[in-house]
Amino acid sequence: MPIGEIADVCAVRARGITKSFGDVIALDGVDLDVPAGQIHGVVGPNGAGKTTLLGLLLGLASADRGRLEILGTPVSRALAAPDGVAGFVDGPGLYPSLTARGNLAALAALRGPGAPTAGIDEVLEQVGLTDVADDRVRGFSLGMRQRLGLAAALLTRPRLLVLDEPSNGLDPAGKRHVDGVLSQLAADGATVVLSSHRMGDLEALCAEVTIIATGRVVFSGPLSKLAAGNQELDYRLRTSDADAARRLAAGTDGVQVIDDGGMQSDSEVLVVRTLMSALDELVPALVRAGIAVRELTPVVSPLEAAFLALTEQRAEQQEASQ
Amino acid sequence: MTATTAPAGAPTAHRVSVARGYRFELVKLLAQWRVRVLILLSWIGPGLAVIAVSGQGTLPSDTLFGREMHATGWAGALVVLSFAGSWVFPLLTSVVAGDVFSAEDRLGTWRHLLVAVRSPRRIFITKALASLTVLMMCVPGLAVSGIVGGLVVGSRPLTGLDGHLLSPADAAGRLLLAWLCVLAPILAFAAIGLLASVIFGRSPIGILLPAFGGLGMQLASQVLPMPVAVRLTLPSFAFLSWNGLFTSPPTLGPLITGIAVSLAWAVTATALAYVLFMRRDFTSLANDGSMRRAITFGILPLLGVWVLSAGVLAAATGAAGSGIDAVKLQRSLATSFAHIYRLQSQELYHQNVTAAELRARASCTKGEGMVAQQGPGVDWRCTVYWRLPGSGAATGAAIYQLDASPNGRYVADGDGPQEVNGYFILRTSYGDAPNPLWQFDGLIDLLAPTSKG
Repeated sequence: MPIGEIADVCAVRARGITKSFGDVIALDGVDLDVPAGQIHGVVGPNGAGKTTLLGLLLGLASADRGRLEILGTPVSRALAAPDGVAGFVDGPGLYPSLTARGNLAALAALRGPGAPTAGIDEVLEQVGLTDVADDRVRGFSLGMRQRLGLAAALLTRPRLLVLDEPSNGLDPAGKRHVDGVLSQLAADGATVVLSSHRMGDLEALCAEVTIIATGRVVFSGPLSKLAAGNQELDYRLRTSDADAARRLAAGTDGVQVIDDGGMQSDSEVLVVRTLMSALDELVPALVRAGIAVRELTPVVSPLEAAFLALTEQRAEQQEASQ
Repeated sequence: MTATTAPAGAPTAHRVSVARGYRFELVKLLAQWRVRVLILLSWIGPGLAVIAVSGQGTLPSDTLFGREMHATGWAGALVVLSFAGSWVFPLLTSVVAGDVFSAEDRLGTWRHLLVAVRSPRRIFITKALASLTVLMMCVPGLAVSGIVGGLVVGSRPLTGLDGHLLSPADAAGRLLLAWLCVLAPILAFAAIGLLASVIFGRSPIGILLPAFGGLGMQLASQVLPMPVAVRLTLPSFAFLSWNGLFTSPPTLGPLITGIAVSLAWAVTATALAYVLFMRRDFTSLANDGSMRRAITFGILPLLGVWVLSAGVLAAATGAAGSGIDAVKLQRSLATSFAHIYRLQSQELYHQNVTAAELRARASCTKGEGMVAQQGPGVDWRCTVYWRLPGSGAATGAAIYQLDASPNGRYVADGDGPQEVNGYFILRTSYGDAPNPLWQFDGLIDLLAPTSKG
């Protein structure tokens, strides 16, 4: 595909990105495509290279090898990311002696009148910090700082927002608020790349994810593709008749009833291990037998299961190669 | 990395101008309570201190011009400058310049700043300019406040360091010139602060270094037996070398040397800080500094500047030893005595004589002649001889005990006869005052060539 067309489709396009710090290879031939207007999750165990990758997208460093295009602009050196890229890694950079409004005002003044800048009150309202706008950041909780960091990024009217663990320290209400902001941003055409250790957060927000292990991409694509893989998952199944459901499940091909050793306190719930295809047979069978299905949820999310499987597999491969 | 051409119409990196970056840095600095307190204290403290001390019975006679604080407010303003050179300037540069880079390390805001500004070079320039601006908000405050306090005490003539009486306007002019001269060592210490801040990151050593460095230099130059060329090429000496403006003619050698050396230190330390900052890897959040880097890129290059400038000074002036010897002391003491004798005569309504008519001369010995007749010390003993016009061959003699400091300042303490240089009270225009010949400060030119006889 010609570069011009890729630029229209992809906010980020990376090919063979390699980055080392001394003897440590942080990224090893990473390929990444992030379509514009999408929320894209980056997942990986600690030390996998997530922060390095996000730092490259923000322009904090340059890759040793490979090609990186951001918003259609080739980026070949540090601090050369095009305008329209904003965000933070390793927590937002805020000045505690300034108020929330003061931090944003200083940042807006730094950009100058020529740069596209959102209103300070507007972004404070977006992240739900209007009530504390004139309080010094020194007294802010971690969650409030995260939200103010997001506001600082929104101030630049980003077309690519890069966020490292944005939900750190957020209470459920704050998280819902931030999720809403990010979803709206994507709906408006901006691209969001975020990392998180909370798989549930990413599943709720992201259309696609990239899983990184030991500096390499082990999966990149839609969540549905990850969940639909040929991988058995454990599901919590709550029915109107647990005993009958257990008998039926045990007799269904490809379904294994898990004995949880009394861990499950609710007698109406049983845990089954199965592929998606077998689950598709079990549920109609339960209904035909007159057993109402009240809840069916994965015990471990598909993303988390895939993450664990893929990262463990990668670690085993690395150990074997050594 | 493969180089490719940006497609037409692709967004480009937004450049942050130096002016906007400077404003950003200034906003951050001025938002810190300790910086605000420093500025406030600079504009209020010295004036209040001059008024308060001048109202006390005991004056800070250890500080240059301190013993004159009752006589004139200009002495108080000069005491502020002396005190600032010893304590305030190193502390001020520590808190402001020594923290300007390390603050970002402590707060973990480097990445944020780099993404916002996109140019380490502009970050360095704006931080250096902003810290300099804050220093320049404080320094004029110290000067103005001290002068206002002095004016409240009273604008009367000031006795210079060679006994000359300086009119209030003359004293004010020299004082302002002295404040301008100390800007050079302030720049040097600010640059050392920047360098320490870059090298040591979030470690508090960066903040403490200019303060302790300044005090260390002063202590070393007071205690260690340094050759004069080595002593004068320490940037801390430039905080004292303005003393030479208060002799007639001014003692310019050490003053110009101090300014030149300070500017050399300022340029070198700033250049080192710039190079280190541009080479810094910002992907690592934890920069706690490295002593090896401090030695390689901080201490050794600055030691090199010190050694080089000392060598140049020694070669250019032929200055050797301590710069203090009997000949210089005799010449200076006789001049000061003659001028102050005239002042005493006027206050006592005695015969009005000029300094030249007194034909004063002095004879000094150190350690009762048992040691080398040179160097600082409290064991200098001098006899001043003078003749009054019309008194024939009759010659007066007065003995002084001299405490000569390594920086060329000395305190002459009258040791008789009582009616000439003993302690007694005179009634002056501003009230009772001690006999001016009893104790007075003097200054010798450390770089002046010594000539026998």
